[in-house]
Amino acid sequence: MVLLLQVKAFFSHKRKKLLKDNLAGYLFISPWIIGFLAFMAYPMILSLYYSLTNYNLFSPPVWIGLQNYIEIIKNDPKFLNSLKVTLMYVAASIPLRLVFALVLALLFYKASKMIDFYRAVYYIPSILGGSVAIAVIWRELFGYYGALNNILMASGLMEQRFSWIGNPNTALLTLIALAVWQFGSPMIIFLAGLKAIPVSLYESASIDGAGWWHKFYRITLPMLTPVIFFNLIMQIIRLFLIFTRAYIITGGGPMSKTEVYALYLFREGIRYHRFGYASALGWILLIVIAIITFIIFKTSNRWVYYETKGEL
Amino acid sequence: MNLSISARNRKRLGGIVFHTIVFFFGVIMLYPLLWMVIGSFKSSGNALTSTLIPDYFNFGNYADGWRGFGGDETFARYFRNSFVISSISTLGQVSLAAITAYGFARIKFTGNKICFSIMVITLLLPAQILRIPQYIMFNQIGWMDTYLPIILPGFFPLPFFIFLIVQFIRGIPKELDEAARIDGCGYFGIFFRILLPNLKPVLITGTIFSFYWSWNEFMTPLLYLQTPAKYPVSVALHLFSDPGTITNWSAMFAMSTLSIIPLFLIFLFFQKYLVEGVVTSGMKG
Repeated sequence: MVLLLQVKAFFSHKRKKLLKDNLAGYLFISPWIIGFLAFMAYPMILSLYYSLTNYNLFSPPVWIGLQNYIEIIKNDPKFLNSLKVTLMYVAASIPLRLVFALVLALLFYKASKMIDFYRAVYYIPSILGGSVAIAVIWRELFGYYGALNNILMASGLMEQRFSWIGNPNTALLTLIALAVWQFGSPMIIFLAGLKAIPVSLYESASIDGAGWWHKFYRITLPMLTPVIFFNLIMQIIRLFLIFTRAYIITGGGPMSKTEVYALYLFREGIRYHRFGYASALGWILLIVIAIITFIIFKTSNRWVYYETKGEL
Repeated sequence: MNLSISARNRKRLGGIVFHTIVFFFGVIMLYPLLWMVIGSFKSSGNALTSTLIPDYFNFGNYADGWRGFGGDETFARYFRNSFVISSISTLGQVSLAAITAYGFARIKFTGNKICFSIMVITLLLPAQILRIPQYIMFNQIGWMDTYLPIILPGFFPLPFFIFLIVQFIRGIPKELDEAARIDGCGYFGIFFRILLPNLKPVLITGTIFSFYWSWNEFMTPLLYLQTPAKYPVSVALHLFSDPGTITNWSAMFAMSTLSIIPLFLIFLFFQKYLVEGVVTSGMKG
C-alpha cells in the first residue's frame, strides 16, 4: 500500500515537493537515526549473534547455536535464582508503590499552600533517590550500627542489634523499602489523572446520594484505570532493571538472596567475560519482560476503562 | 445553629487529624535525607546514631571528605568530571532531540510513521540487553578509559526526550508554521525562528531530566573508566564509602550530601518543569 502510494506520487506533479519533504524529514531525524543504528540496532544484532556463540575475552566467538539458551534454562540455578529474586522484588514493590502513590494523590488532590508543601516533601525522595548517595545512605541506615537498629533498640522493640542487610531473610526487604519509598512519580501522574476526571460526574453522584467510597469505587477508580495501567507497565520495566542500588547496598548477597537479574548478567558478562552467555541472558530478560507486558496488555481490555474506545 | 457549629468543629477536627498524620509520615519520608545531612555534621563516632540533633556542628567533615580516598585527587576533580560529562551529554541530548522531534512532528515524509513507531517501541527496550555488545564494541574501538562510551549514547537523542518534545510540538498551533511558510520560511527557518522560541518550557524539562540522569549514571562509568582521576562523583562516592576501608562516616555523609546538592537545586527551582516532564511522558502516552 505504501509502495503503491509512492509509485503514484512518483508520477504526480507533487513529486518535487515530496522529494523535498523526504529530504528535509530524514535530515531532521538523522540524529536519532545515527544514534539508533550505532548504539541500539547494531549492538542488538551483535548481541543476538553473540548469544548463539561461545565467546570470551581470550578467544573469538565460536558458533554453538542455541546451546547458551538451553544451558541457562536447563541447568543454571543462578539464573533461576536471579529471576526469582527480581520477580519477588518487582511483585512486592509495585503494588505497595502504586497504593501509596494513589492514596497520597487522593489526599493531596485539593491544592493549597500547605498541600503544595506536602506534595514536595513526599516527592523529594523520588528525585534524590536514584543517586549513589542515597544507596550508600540506605546501606548504613539498615546496617548493623545504623539508625534503624538504634531506633528499634531505644524504643525497646528490639533487644539486640540485627543486620538487616546481612541477613538472608531481610536483605531483599531493604531494597523493596527503598523502591516503595520512592512513589513520587506515580503519585504525580495520579494527581494529573485525578484532575482530568470531570467534576460533573461527582456532582451528579452526590445528587444521587452517593458516599465517598461509592464515588471512589464507581467513578475515581474506573476513570483512573488507564493511568494505573500506564504506571504499571512503566514501573515494571523500570524496576526489572534494578542494578545500581543492589550493587551498592547488598552487592547481591547474602547467599545470593538479592542477586537481581541485572547484577547476575553483569557478573557473568563483565566480570567473568562470558560474553556469549551473558548476551543470551540479556535476550531472555527481554523475552521475560515482553511476556509480562503482553499479559498485562491482554488483560487490560477487562479492567482498563476507556471513555472513548480505542483512543488512549 | 447548633448543628452547623458541630459540623464546623468536626471539619476542623478532621483537618487536624489529616495534618497530623500527613506531617508524621512526612517526617518518616524525609528521615533518611535529614539523617544524612545532619550526620555530615556529627562527630565521626556518632555519625550513625539515629538522632537528628547533631552533637556539634563539625564542618571539618567536609574538609576531610573533600580530600577523597588517598592519592592526589580530591572531590573537586570528581565534581568537575561529573559536570563535564553531564553538561556535554545534556547539551547534545536536548538540542538533537529537539531537531529530531521537529522532523517527526511537523514534516510529512515517507516512513515518518514507521520510524516513529520504531522509536516508541525502543522506549520500552531494557538497556541491559545493550550492555554486553556495547561493552565489546567500545572495547574493540579502543574507547576504554575515555568518556566517549559514557557521553555518546546519551548525546544522540533518546526516545524519551524525542517523545517528550514531539508531544509538546503537537500542542503548538500549526497555523504558526503555515504563516511563516507563506512569508517564505523553509523548514530550517520555521524550526529556528518560529518553533524554537516556543519550545523553551519543554527544553528546560528535557535539560533537567538529561542532566539528572547523567549525573546519577553509575554503571557506565564503572564499566569503562579505569583511571581514578577520570571518575565522576557517583563512582568516586561509591569507592569512598567502601565498607571495608571507610573510617570517617561523617565525611562520607558530607560527600553524599554534596553529591545530591545539584539534584536538590534542580528540584527547588525547577519543580514545575520536573512535574511537567513526568506528567507528559506519563499521561499522554
